[in-house]
Amino acid sequence: MHLPPPLTDWFAAKGWTLHPHQQAMLDRAANPATLLIAPTGGGKTLAGFLPTLAELGQTPRNGLHTLYISPLKALTADIRRNLRTPVEGAALPIRIEDRTGDTSYTQRRRQRADPPHILLTTPESLALLLSYEDAPRIFQSLQRVVIDELHALAESKRGDQLMLLLSRLESLSPGLRRVGLSATVEDPPALARFLAPTGCDILQADPGPDPDIAMLETEAPPPWSGGGGRYAMRAILDEVRRHRTTLIFHNTRAQAELFFHDLWLQNDDGLPIGIHHGSLAREQRERVEAAMAAGQLRAVVCTGSLDLGIDWGDVDLVIQVGAPKNVKRLVQRIGRANHRYNAPSKALILPANRFEVVECRAALDAVRDHTLDGEPRGPGPRDVLCQHILMTAASGPFDANELFTEVTRAGPYATLTRPQFDACLDFCATGGYALRAYDKWQRLQEKNGLWQLRDPRSAALIRQNLGTIIDTETLKVRLKNRFGGTPLGEVEEGFASTLTPGDTFLIGGEIVRYEGLREMTVEVTRQPGRDPKVATFNGTKFATSTLLTQRILELFQQDAWPALPAHTAQWLALQREVSRLPSPDRLLVESFPHDGREHLCVYGFAGRNAMQTLALLVTKRMEEQGLAPLGFVATDYATLIWGLDPVTDAAPLFDLAALREGLETWLSGNAVMKRTFRATAIIAGLIERSNQGRRKTGRQATFSSDILYDTLRKYDPDHLLLQVTREEAERGLVDFSRIEDMLARVEGRIDLIRLPRVTPLAAPLFLEPGRIPVHGTGRERMVEEAARRLMEEAGLA
Amino acid sequence: MHHAFTLSGATLHALPSGALYWPAQRLLCVSDLHLGKSERLARRGGALLPPYETRETLHRLEAEVDRTAPATVICLGDSFDDLAAVRGLEEEARLRLARLMAGRDWTWIEGNHDAGPVEIGGTHRAQVTLGPLTFRHIADRSEKHEVSGHYHPKLRLKGAARPCFLLDSKRLILPAFGLYTGGLSVDDPALTALLDPPALAILTGARALPVPLPLR
Repeated sequence: MHLPPPLTDWFAAKGWTLHPHQQAMLDRAANPATLLIAPTGGGKTLAGFLPTLAELGQTPRNGLHTLYISPLKALTADIRRNLRTPVEGAALPIRIEDRTGDTSYTQRRRQRADPPHILLTTPESLALLLSYEDAPRIFQSLQRVVIDELHALAESKRGDQLMLLLSRLESLSPGLRRVGLSATVEDPPALARFLAPTGCDILQADPGPDPDIAMLETEAPPPWSGGGGRYAMRAILDEVRRHRTTLIFHNTRAQAELFFHDLWLQNDDGLPIGIHHGSLAREQRERVEAAMAAGQLRAVVCTGSLDLGIDWGDVDLVIQVGAPKNVKRLVQRIGRANHRYNAPSKALILPANRFEVVECRAALDAVRDHTLDGEPRGPGPRDVLCQHILMTAASGPFDANELFTEVTRAGPYATLTRPQFDACLDFCATGGYALRAYDKWQRLQEKNGLWQLRDPRSAALIRQNLGTIIDTETLKVRLKNRFGGTPLGEVEEGFASTLTPGDTFLIGGEIVRYEGLREMTVEVTRQPGRDPKVATFNGTKFATSTLLTQRILELFQQDAWPALPAHTAQWLALQREVSRLPSPDRLLVESFPHDGREHLCVYGFAGRNAMQTLALLVTKRMEEQGLAPLGFVATDYATLIWGLDPVTDAAPLFDLAALREGLETWLSGNAVMKRTFRATAIIAGLIERSNQGRRKTGRQATFSSDILYDTLRKYDPDHLLLQVTREEAERGLVDFSRIEDMLARVEGRIDLIRLPRVTPLAAPLFLEPGRIPVHGTGRERMVEEAARRLMEEAGLA
Repeated sequence: MHHAFTLSGATLHALPSGALYWPAQRLLCVSDLHLGKSERLARRGGALLPPYETRETLHRLEAEVDRTAPATVICLGDSFDDLAAVRGLEEEARLRLARLMAGRDWTWIEGNHDAGPVEIGGTHRAQVTLGPLTFRHIADRSEKHEVSGHYHPKLRLKGAARPCFLLDSKRLILPAFGLYTGGLSVDDPALTALLDPPALAILTGARALPVPLPLR
């Protein structure tokens, strides 16, 4: 396969030569499936496109030739710019367009009527395209699919959905070739099976030199608790000044906002610095992306939205603020710096608090040792399959046998059995209830051997619900004026409901004053120079990997910590003095009073999800023992439980058999399961995701999905969606296996220590977001007390 | 445990389930049962919700009827999600309802969802007056001595929103008794416009809890 001469000439004029793996991709252009693993900066995306450019050549035929799919909207815009440069430079008549949720309605309609040669899109936009009746016509000429950042997609349901969509595409355009592009992963063959279960070539590019990475140490020690790394603002500004362009990564959006605000207050030289995260309005994000691409910014404060392979050209430093939680992601973030092949990436990690100093040290050691973490994913979840079946029905009548064959050609669904498939189909058609209530009102009906929508109008509903990303409910934020005002971004509905007019919060780096709610939009005015309340955005929370937590526990066992900064070494020593340090073969449990409540701190080091499950099971045991727990919060290393009464004997709380039994019964009524159920019910199409624009003001026409969950538990406990919810929880959110591992490691060696006050190691937990209430007798007591107090104050008691 | 209060001289009990009991009249009143809601949604091409809410709502109503043994039952409107839902009622639910109605004075008040005749017995009224009180589906701002439903009031206290009764000197508004019912926050203008201070919300749940309004 050869590149068209004008393109080779243009490359030569620019002084570009192909990397070996780029040439290899050209050589393997005819392969049905190829997985390319290359470090960032290795020209991975161009490598994916070279065969397309070669095939389209100087006289491309009309119609869609290549579909490029990336997990991020920003990435598609970026790739469009980067790909157009050589194509336009070589004057090739190749049309390249992107299509995402941000693309205008007219443009999307035109794309369906007259598709470009290369279409850049996201899994969700592809699902929508495939749900239209004209999908076969749009995709009939499709030759290649390029999936970027496959490693990231493969970690979530978005990847499962995408693989189903690929199977569908393959049916529409037989002979379709697929290419996956991935950063370094711990298990390449597993990723290859995910992409193409029937056989996939793996191409590994030269990983390049080791990164130059260190902890950013400051004169002032990090705070005892909290996140955000604002204590190190000066040091960070110094680094920004010393480098051309710096990316400053944060783990959550709220932290990025706070940090950005403070950064500007101290930015005496007025260095051009921008902010970028998923809660910002599109206009805001695009402005930053364009400024960055044009080299106008010295730094960007960002979150996971910039995690993936956006080409930032001149980035020469990456600063990770806060512990990275996962070595693999850290390595990938570091790869953002120095987008030049064969030059070491430069990165600094800034621990946000003292615990994170330990975690960052452990992560640095892991990077040095080239160990990557990762846990294998199970088979594709069935709620995603249900959505896929509904999407297929929206596009037209289908044959169940053919669809089953098609579905099992997708990597994550290769082991799906026919009865499992039939149960999903039945759910889509009748709701799948033990009580056959809807045989008369089926959503899908079989006619002449083909399944189709009973009511064609339901196709619109199905399309609205496509996608597997479940956001928490958010409200748009706008500046208040007569014309609707400038959009600034969005905040969680829960946060908005706590605001009263006059309250101030941070968004897009500026302080705004809450004026009121109008038609489900938060109206604000600018309010410079006040102390803000903080917007609580939903930042993605990752569980610290087993690898990292193990390294941390081992680090604790040292007699002294010369590799750690003095302040942190002293802090650990203090914890050792007033209490103990957790160790790999014992379970440390601290009990102490604080702020009028009893607290129990369990240092399980099993990762956030498992620690959350442990908290749920332990609070249930406490409830049974009459200890009136009120709530808990879980982090990667510990669980903090508060309640009305102290725990005096810990061992019975951690009996594995009892915990396992509790796991079964506990599934009935806890907040985490209900949250999981909500996501599953939305994905499977049982309930609609609420559409901001469409939502009625005033009366809420919808009711809580918790009611549906409780109803199913009571009347239909084996229902498909409850099965999926359970599987989901056991796999990800519950992560019971890590509790089992922890208790096996401990073998009953549980140390309950009673202390007079909060310990050094427990302190950070008090500022941890995501506190979960326990709805039991304790809470009932409190609601009664609150009601009684209000009545007394009103003189009504 | 219930909360007792007086309205227009009548002593009434707000039950934790969201039902109202009037001991002097041996009268039980429930509002907005929305029986057949899941069936109606499915019929209209919407979601196929778990079809158990009619069972569950009747089960809860049965429990209150068994406990209070009322001579009179008033269903305060929107008892059925629409008129076709009455016809779509499962045989089991129909029998269960018939058992509940047997030997009692049973009144269906018309609601905005289920206006017109109902074909399962009982008396059908736009509104009904008993002693000092008038029972109607939607509150009338110009009236007093009134018991109504319709709005599905809810109140958020310490995080969780619960259905609640609303009470002032002129009227009582009942929470929805049906399972698949959303709610309207008590601070919504539609509700605040109906109530004069001093007003009270009575939360449902494990026990009926009175809370003064407005909350600060």
